[in-house]
Amino acid sequence: MANTIWVLVELEEGKPARSSLEVLGKAAKLGRAEAIVLGAAAAEVAPTLGQYGAEKVYVHADAAYDQYLTLPVVETLSHLIQHHQPSLLLLASTYALRDVAARLSVRDSMGLITDATDLAFDAEGLKVIVPWGGENIVTVTHPSQGPGIVLARPKAFPLERYEERTAKIERLDVAVSAGAQTIRILETVEVQSEGPALEDANVVISGGRGLGKAENFSLVKELASVLGGAPGATRAIVDAGWLPYSYQVGQTGKTVKPTLYIACGISGAIQHLAGMKGSKYIVAINKDEHAPIFSSADLGVVGDAVAILPELTKEIKRRKA
Amino acid sequence: MKIFICIKQVPDPNTTISTLDPTTKRLVRSGVSLVLDPGDESTIAAAIKLRDTLGNSELVALSMGPASVQEAMRRSLAMGADRAILVTDPALAGSDAIGTARVLAAVLKQEGAELIFCSTESTDGYTGMVPGAIAEFLGIAQLTFAREIKVEGQKAVIKRVIPKGYQTVESTLPAVVTIASGSFDAIYPTMKGIMGAKKKPFSQLSLADLGIDPALVGEAGARERVLTIGAAEARAAGQMIRDDGTAAQQIADFLQRYQLL
Repeated sequence: MANTIWVLVELEEGKPARSSLEVLGKAAKLGRAEAIVLGAAAAEVAPTLGQYGAEKVYVHADAAYDQYLTLPVVETLSHLIQHHQPSLLLLASTYALRDVAARLSVRDSMGLITDATDLAFDAEGLKVIVPWGGENIVTVTHPSQGPGIVLARPKAFPLERYEERTAKIERLDVAVSAGAQTIRILETVEVQSEGPALEDANVVISGGRGLGKAENFSLVKELASVLGGAPGATRAIVDAGWLPYSYQVGQTGKTVKPTLYIACGISGAIQHLAGMKGSKYIVAINKDEHAPIFSSADLGVVGDAVAILPELTKEIKRRKA
Repeated sequence: MKIFICIKQVPDPNTTISTLDPTTKRLVRSGVSLVLDPGDESTIAAAIKLRDTLGNSELVALSMGPASVQEAMRRSLAMGADRAILVTDPALAGSDAIGTARVLAAVLKQEGAELIFCSTESTDGYTGMVPGAIAEFLGIAQLTFAREIKVEGQKAVIKRVIPKGYQTVESTLPAVVTIASGSFDAIYPTMKGIMGAKKKPFSQLSLADLGIDPALVGEAGARERVLTIGAAEARAAGQMIRDDGTAAQQIADFLQRYQLL
């Protein structure tokens, strides 16, 4: 019997999140994919999910999911899982779904695997690939019977199209309890940034501690601007308050897979490498020739990024003119 | 108010490349320099600031792990926490995030914690599962990715980081609040703080003290099972150059060769 894999599809401004659709496509390759979509826009989104792999979509169009964090989703998922017992709940590792996964695992004693980059079912059951530190790849499984949760690293899977597929829609007959409406959103503010969004950019120029001081990050921004790319940062300089969290590339920040990634003054902590290792071409500039970043670089430059960056920006402007 | 901060000791991220022992399938700890998680430094600062703003409040540092964790806990006391509790028990070895949360939640319940601070994720595991799991074990709200926190009566209001900006969110207390890394400037312990830390109450608890069945924690209670450990695939070695004043030209040549300009 084919495995049934559930995917919770997150909504962003009334549209399905790309990260959810990537995971849905993977689920459809593993077995029978079923999506759950919750929120005011759920009913409009549900019929579009067949083309991304869903055979069936469970829908609850209720604004409570948009107004209160975490608990309404956990409550409905928990209720559904107990009734249907899917083989697996596969979630994109986003801010919101990490919070959901932790609570759900506790509530229903479910297996929990985080940071997966691939997964498959074989004769023995589920096998999940998780990179560990910089040097190991581990294969893990859920120890207990019953449905388990896997959180997949963003961009682990490409978007898949199933043009011919039409999903069967099931409207859920559930109500979000008052007890689940406790983490209330008062205000959401979007901060517009210039240039392409970091996670979608074809070129990413990132800076780290090796830039010396916060003001020098402008050198990274200038190079990003001439290359039509987006600037990014390491956790170290975000922690140091040089830049807001939205710039962070890494395991907890954003995962990027651009055609070109230029790492400036970045040593290459595992946390950072996890977020950019999938880039097609990597150029690294660092003073320390032993920096771990160089083992991931197609072109490694031992030198001072602060001195090289303005020269490089000038040189690229000249060649593009 | 009774405020708690859950802290973790991790391999120093600045000096260590963590590896797994192929036999025990656990983190290799020998020969590794262990420190208070750098993310926790900022979280402790947030908790201290709130305690001092509220007044008439106590800040307790809580952790789980082997006796070596005492050192990280002493640092939190030197920074300004009022007392520390360490849960240590041989049966806890190999605990995953859920097992850890089960143990911490048992202490928090026993103590009647009203506000619980955690870092959004640890600097070694990065899974970020512990805070949400603690909140679920206690049946209370979790407010995650906070950059700012205010307590108004029996409510906590946070400004949280989201991928496209920020959000203001509130819940009633008790609640778990996770602090996004770097949101608060770390407090460096003074000599007076370090000396004073030695006199602050420090208690140790075992699983029996908490009435927790050892089968629910440690390796036995883990929600994932490691099957095999392999080596990560290395990227093919690239070209290395040393800047002799022509690095900018050489990088531009590279970009042009691969049609990246």
